[in-house]
Amino acid sequence: MSKADAAAAILWVGATFYALFGGADFGGGFWDLIAGDAERGGRPRALIQRSLTPVWEANHVWLIFILVVLWTAFPPAFSAIFTTLYVPIALAAVGIVLRGAGFAFRKSIEGLAARRAAGATFALSSVLTPFFMGAVVGAIASGNVPAAGNGDAFSSWLEPLPLLTGAMFVATGAYLSAVFLVGDARRAGEADLERYFGRRALAAAAVAGVAAALGLVELHAEARYVFDRLVDQGLPLVIASALCGLALLTLLLRGSMGRNVAPGATYRPTGRGLMRPLAAGAVVSVIWGWGVAQFPYLLPTSLRIDQAAAPDPTLTIVFVVFAVAAVLVLPSLALLYSLSQRDLLEAEH
Amino acid sequence: MLPLDPLPLAASASNLLAAREQMAFTLGFHIVLSCIGVALPATILLANYLGLKRGDSDAMELARRWSKAMAVTFAVGAVTGTVLSFEFGLLWPEFTGRFGSVFGIAFAIEGIFFFLEAIFLAIYIYGWKRLSGWAHFWSGVPMAITGIGGAFSVVAANAWMNQPQGFTLNAAGKVVDTDPLQVLFNPATGYEVPHMILAAYMVTGFLVASIYAVGMLKGRRDRLHRLGLLIPLTIACIATPIQLFVGDTAAREVADHQPAKFAGMECIQETGTHQTEYVGGICTEDGVKWAIPIPNLDSFLVGFSADTEVVGLEDIPVDERPPANTLLHLAFDAMVGIGTALLLLGMWLGWVWWKRRDIPQTPWFLRAVAVSGAGAILALWCGWIVTEVGRQPWIVQGYMRTEEAVTQADGIWFSFAFMLVLYAALGTIAVKVLRGMSRRWREGAAEPDGTPYAPPEEAAP
Repeated sequence: MSKADAAAAILWVGATFYALFGGADFGGGFWDLIAGDAERGGRPRALIQRSLTPVWEANHVWLIFILVVLWTAFPPAFSAIFTTLYVPIALAAVGIVLRGAGFAFRKSIEGLAARRAAGATFALSSVLTPFFMGAVVGAIASGNVPAAGNGDAFSSWLEPLPLLTGAMFVATGAYLSAVFLVGDARRAGEADLERYFGRRALAAAAVAGVAAALGLVELHAEARYVFDRLVDQGLPLVIASALCGLALLTLLLRGSMGRNVAPGATYRPTGRGLMRPLAAGAVVSVIWGWGVAQFPYLLPTSLRIDQAAAPDPTLTIVFVVFAVAAVLVLPSLALLYSLSQRDLLEAEH
Repeated sequence: MLPLDPLPLAASASNLLAAREQMAFTLGFHIVLSCIGVALPATILLANYLGLKRGDSDAMELARRWSKAMAVTFAVGAVTGTVLSFEFGLLWPEFTGRFGSVFGIAFAIEGIFFFLEAIFLAIYIYGWKRLSGWAHFWSGVPMAITGIGGAFSVVAANAWMNQPQGFTLNAAGKVVDTDPLQVLFNPATGYEVPHMILAAYMVTGFLVASIYAVGMLKGRRDRLHRLGLLIPLTIACIATPIQLFVGDTAAREVADHQPAKFAGMECIQETGTHQTEYVGGICTEDGVKWAIPIPNLDSFLVGFSADTEVVGLEDIPVDERPPANTLLHLAFDAMVGIGTALLLLGMWLGWVWWKRRDIPQTPWFLRAVAVSGAGAILALWCGWIVTEVGRQPWIVQGYMRTEEAVTQADGIWFSFAFMLVLYAALGTIAVKVLRGMSRRWREGAAEPDGTPYAPPEEAAP
């Protein structure tokens, strides 16, 4: 593995963390959006809010990490992507502002109408932002970004594969979020919400699965290079993803059958501790499958990783930063999640 | 892009202006929040420490309130900072595409600091209730350290744009080698970084103090308000004299290394010794009008002698002179003037405190503190105008012109207009939210229950 390949792997590690944690935060916004009126949606929204509040900003930093590693380690790829896909990228940036601000303001603004407006802003932009991010990724995978940049501002991403990828991002975030929220609801002792999010996880998994299958068809049509490698070198990862997804579906189906358990009785299907790892595994395998399928290109098939790579000393700094992050940031994140999961952090006091 | 753009050059020039305006506006908005992000944690921790060490419940209450306010400012700061990262590609793709491997080194390091800041900020802000006193205090200490580290990294990148070094270009102008230490510790880092960190402490200190000064002017003179004024004001007043010293050094460095910027901000037309220092005024090619001239002072400030030669704009090639000389000059003077006024304010506080162990009792002192926050922000903006407008037409001094860096994308004026509206709304709502918090604390009213618009206290399962 060359230094440039290692830097690309670091980029993918960042994308993996962002997809898992940032993706789940966007998914929380999706469930908030469709939770219904105040009467029906109040308790699910409260659970989403409690789960997201302490962690969303830390999760968001992975996006900054991805941007910075991309422009530092692979500057020509960064400028090619941004001069071609500036429309969905700018829309995603606006979505990030609205999502974060809406979420922060919803907690503390006065007046029901204002809080609803802030909440709706948060929820709607939580759906649009990952959609446009997915469109960017889909357009890159489709080979629509020329190495020299300044590709067509609209036809580069207004195509079936980028749009499907956008839908897949939204569905995947919703799926991850629902699985995470099942665990949070269980911890809070809210059995009805556990089933509520269990059913939604199933639905989102089905949608994500369909989008992925359609995506494969479109990949075959629009991005032959990526498709061919995905079903060859990437095949183990595709299979791993499918197996994780199926195993999780089985667990969720068994869980959703517990809905007739008498109130107060505890229903404990086996393997519940596996739900989060399985959900994460399904998503991680897809991301690395995509990476393997694109290899050795950053922009298939116009810009290779080694062509775009920064000079060696800069790549070394990226490695050092990554090593320091592994030593300092990952344990700190683990501390944050563990405090949050043990309910030691709370918004109100 | 249209296949046949009739006026590609005109479009590019128009893009350049729009992109510069958008960058200036979004950076100007974010920089205030980043100052708060850098310096408010230390201010909160000081109050928290006093609260724990002396059992001071007022100090503890201040720390608790400020940390709640910080939850709002940090969220807005995080998203507006993200916009700036996007703008490196959306507005300046050629700059990032060509030099990303160089200045990106500083941003990569900043990433770690931002990560740790976000993590420990969350633990601190949401850990008040369940973490024990000192454990909670120590969970907040990384915020103060990472804030300073983050400021170092970002400002080092800006310093590099002013005094670029640590890279090798090939014949085609492509970066083929880098020296990360040379990039990070370029000569401008030495003065820009402390200048910005001190500015962050001044902006935050004077801003928070000014809020309590307004409250005291309205008759709320309880201990909480007095302490709420005193803690941040003390921090800011300690930072101010150091800042004037650092700023003075910075101006001399600029005179040595960026003569065009210095000539622009001092309105010096002709190279020579015995240069006059002009205070205020309008810059024209025939010299400065309506200014207060102080003979020899400019030369003296640059080299501690009236015989010091200072380069004038006449010796700078026409196409390398900074634009908007009057703006540059007035921004520089305003920054120095406000800084000096804030120094006097600190001396006033120090004198009375030394004599009486109390803050000055006259309402004029409170009025001065009440405007000091806005003044510090204005000085901050003026400083960034000097460093950024003063570097024009370069984005990387001597290596890349800003016009070469700008995007060819359509719709930059539209995006600038949109950002104006978006940030105006964002700023207005943020201020409204913070004022609402403050009113609720004052009235002892309950917080919103944190449940998003649910019916009150529905029967729990």
